[in-house]
Amino acid sequence: MGEIEAPRSAGSVAVAAASSGGHREQTADQQVAHVLSRLAFGARPGDVERVRSIGVDAWIERQLHPERIDDSPLDHFLAANYQTLTQRPGELEQRYPSPGQLRNQLVGRGGDGALSAADSARLRQAQLGMRQITGEVQSARIARAVLTERQTLEVMTDFWLNHFSVFEGKGPRERYMIAAYENRVIRPNALGKFRTLLGNVARSEAMLFYLDNWQSQADSGRPRLAQLPQRGARGGRGRGRGGLPPQQMQQVAQRLRAGLNENYGRELLELHTLGVDGGYTQDDVINTARAFTGWTIRGPQQGTEFQFQPLMHDAGEKVVLGHRLAARRGIEDGEDVLDIVARHPATATHIAFKLARRFVSDSPSTALVDRAAATFTRTDGDIRETLRTIITSDEFFAGAAWRGKVKSPFEVVASAARALGAQPDPSPRMAGLVAFLGQPIYGHQAPNGWPETGDQWMNTGAILNRINFGMAMASGRLPGVSPFGFANADALRTEPLDRQVDGVISALLGGDASPETRAVLVSGQNPLAKGDAGTMLEPPDAGAPNPMMPPGGRGGRGGRGLGPGPAPQLRGLPLIVGLALGSPEFQRR
Amino acid sequence: MQRRYFVKSGAIALATMGLSPSFLRRMTFGVELPGAEKGKVLICLFQRGAADALNVVVPFGERAYYQMRPNIAIPAPKGGVASAIDLDGFFGLHPALAPLKPLWDRGLLAPIHAVGSPSSTRSHFDAQDYMESGTPNVKGTTDGWLNRYLAAAGTCEQCQVSPFRAVSMTPQTPRILQGLAPTVAMDSLDQFAVRSGGDAAARLEALYRTGSADLVHGAGNEMFDAVKMLKSANPQRYQPEHGADYPRSQFGQRLKQIGQLIKSNVGLEIAFADIGGWDTHVNQGGVQGQLANRLDDFAKSISALTTDLGDRMENVVVLTMSEFGRMARQNGNGGTDHGHAGAMFAIGGPVRGGKVHGKWPGLGREQLFEGRDLALTTDFRTVFAEVASGHLGATKAATVFPGFVVPGALGLLG
Repeated sequence: MGEIEAPRSAGSVAVAAASSGGHREQTADQQVAHVLSRLAFGARPGDVERVRSIGVDAWIERQLHPERIDDSPLDHFLAANYQTLTQRPGELEQRYPSPGQLRNQLVGRGGDGALSAADSARLRQAQLGMRQITGEVQSARIARAVLTERQTLEVMTDFWLNHFSVFEGKGPRERYMIAAYENRVIRPNALGKFRTLLGNVARSEAMLFYLDNWQSQADSGRPRLAQLPQRGARGGRGRGRGGLPPQQMQQVAQRLRAGLNENYGRELLELHTLGVDGGYTQDDVINTARAFTGWTIRGPQQGTEFQFQPLMHDAGEKVVLGHRLAARRGIEDGEDVLDIVARHPATATHIAFKLARRFVSDSPSTALVDRAAATFTRTDGDIRETLRTIITSDEFFAGAAWRGKVKSPFEVVASAARALGAQPDPSPRMAGLVAFLGQPIYGHQAPNGWPETGDQWMNTGAILNRINFGMAMASGRLPGVSPFGFANADALRTEPLDRQVDGVISALLGGDASPETRAVLVSGQNPLAKGDAGTMLEPPDAGAPNPMMPPGGRGGRGGRGLGPGPAPQLRGLPLIVGLALGSPEFQRR
Repeated sequence: MQRRYFVKSGAIALATMGLSPSFLRRMTFGVELPGAEKGKVLICLFQRGAADALNVVVPFGERAYYQMRPNIAIPAPKGGVASAIDLDGFFGLHPALAPLKPLWDRGLLAPIHAVGSPSSTRSHFDAQDYMESGTPNVKGTTDGWLNRYLAAAGTCEQCQVSPFRAVSMTPQTPRILQGLAPTVAMDSLDQFAVRSGGDAAARLEALYRTGSADLVHGAGNEMFDAVKMLKSANPQRYQPEHGADYPRSQFGQRLKQIGQLIKSNVGLEIAFADIGGWDTHVNQGGVQGQLANRLDDFAKSISALTTDLGDRMENVVVLTMSEFGRMARQNGNGGTDHGHAGAMFAIGGPVRGGKVHGKWPGLGREQLFEGRDLALTTDFRTVFAEVASGHLGATKAATVFPGFVVPGALGLLG
């Protein structure tokens, strides 16, 4: 420890393993960079020194208890820059009507289908509102990743949002539900008990809508927990046996034509808990789906929130994974199924495997997965403890784990912004860059989430976009991002080229670059070091409007990429930064 | 490690031995590339939003059609622009599709009617998902059917596959192309370049041409080859041929770039583009109006592409699709609501054109699906599978459409 000089490559600095580790193959410097790239979204200026000073293990322990970490700068940023994040789905749906529905309403009213100027303005307003909702939720994800001190909590939030993936394009209503899903369902439970997280997801409007369970109900011929009253035989208080006001009764009656929808039941078993080889049958899927009939969402007029609707619930007996659920029960059916699957051994293995793959290696060892699964089982699905088993393991600190993972697009953007000490931008532009790199936030259509392993999305187009992203970040044209924002950048301006390169490697590449990469980075001259005019270091057109950015369209989904517009002409330190961000080393964590 | 990176690591070895990039390029993309010169091409065009098939390929021989659509029906052919274009005495094209009529006359255009998904869903999201995954009613499928074709069709383990084998002219990889096989998605061809002045591009290339032969380096190597390949095809200088006049619309420009790619001989086999605006619930119009405007752009763009490609259409099939059709009856707002079966077009030399394919189910009340929509007589997988095997030569249809048994050829090709 105590080495200040940036190492040329990890192999050249053989520092003894940290005192607390068992058989940690990584050097002390590697361990610091490793935890910052795996348990955080990369290092900001000063982070390496901070982790070093408190020690890797103490830092991990601190991160595992986010409730003890003050995060007020982030809270202030969010409160000052976003309007819709804290609102519930019902509030959003009332305040921001869906443009499609509004259009039909307005056109239907007019008769001939033409829109008045005032109506057109309302419609435009609705479109903007919708874009704002999605744009804010995407933008805030990046802002959090860049700003939060609770880094491991945020990494875990990202993990669970991908595990319990929802898609903003499912329909307009989904967009009202995502902020609450992320902020009230996922993040508060990301390090808690798995059963609690699972239960909150099961009741979340976002998942009920995305996987269609909100409209799943007993097939015709099956007994229902409650019946619609006969026409004209309504009770004196104006409520039917389902406890509904007449208007909603009508909606339910319309929905009653359709039957069982297996979508959630299947994905609950296959993706959320047991895993595809978890040993369940098609009968288990059907019975699981039957258990969740009636888990639905109130209509927009009733507040758009979770509701158990007995009129839709299949009241027959069910058998799920060998457990018998007696007839004539209600919401307990679903809760029992959640208990059964959350505590199933296959779930422990499935979750342990996914965590190990995310944090250690694309193909984690069976031994590690088994130990993590044992912790999961022993602690009744305690996510914090399961994670602790993984991230304090020798496998986590193995030499093979060093840079063993390819960064996801989200990680590329967040880690570049952090390395450059960027100020988060409340617009959806940063989120547009994530989309440009191929994985738009809340933009994965299928319920399995983005693939976790690099081989599935590291290809020709992806690498080109990453390289162009790096050059754009270093161009100084993105709001809040300066190529001189990385650690010790100012002190490096007049240094000789090789020291500049070492400084960039230290700040952006965890102090470790291959000899080939370093050779490429130094293959230029620093005019300042030779006493030439100093203007060469400034990026050109520093004050010019930014032609690199995608237009705002659709809140950052489908980001338009970094062109057209003149390509940046980088020189000096910004060029080194741009090359480093585009280097193979930066693509890994 | 996937095959393509294994192949690439050989190229890296050559590069580090000091062999020239031009040699590399020739070796990688020259004669060894199967079918790169005059290979078979499939262009899939997705009409997102559910196109109103009954006003696209008009069953003017059905009295029920006019009864159900008093305000928006396309009049039976009587010449001129205000009525359907007669195809076979029963079906006609919407007049805005006039640019496609010459293709019909030359036997290159085959409409397929009453085709679509066996799923009864009327959700855009679900129906597009099914059409692209190729697995109706199965939501968990993670890849798209075109990608499964690409992955299954790799018959030559040692062959170098072009990085431009499958290209989507869209900002994101569409569902239909997602999966294990490599594909490229881009907004425009000139975007496919290292956007940096000075010597940065050369130095970036050096970063990936040296060092270890791993996943990231492999992808980088492949990318720099691809960029050079495209640059030598010089897309900026592109002049469409045979007087082809592409509309300035986004769709028109994307088809133009697909044409460019095909003529650049970069090994394109699968191309994809989409066009929105088909969800005509309100005021869809008849011979003129909203739907007519979409069809105008659609037809002129496709017509320009086929004109531009000229003789190359001998090896090209254009296949259009939309997630479902619309209700047979018009609604209260001069539009149509979500329906069931729809219509597709297959266009190209390999296509048996000049004939409306598929079995017509009729529009009588008892013939309609759920009493309201055009009924389905052809599963879209029948069409997809026929094109994949008959045109592209896929031999593993079962891998591309798991669980689907082709009920008998439609006779679309040949």
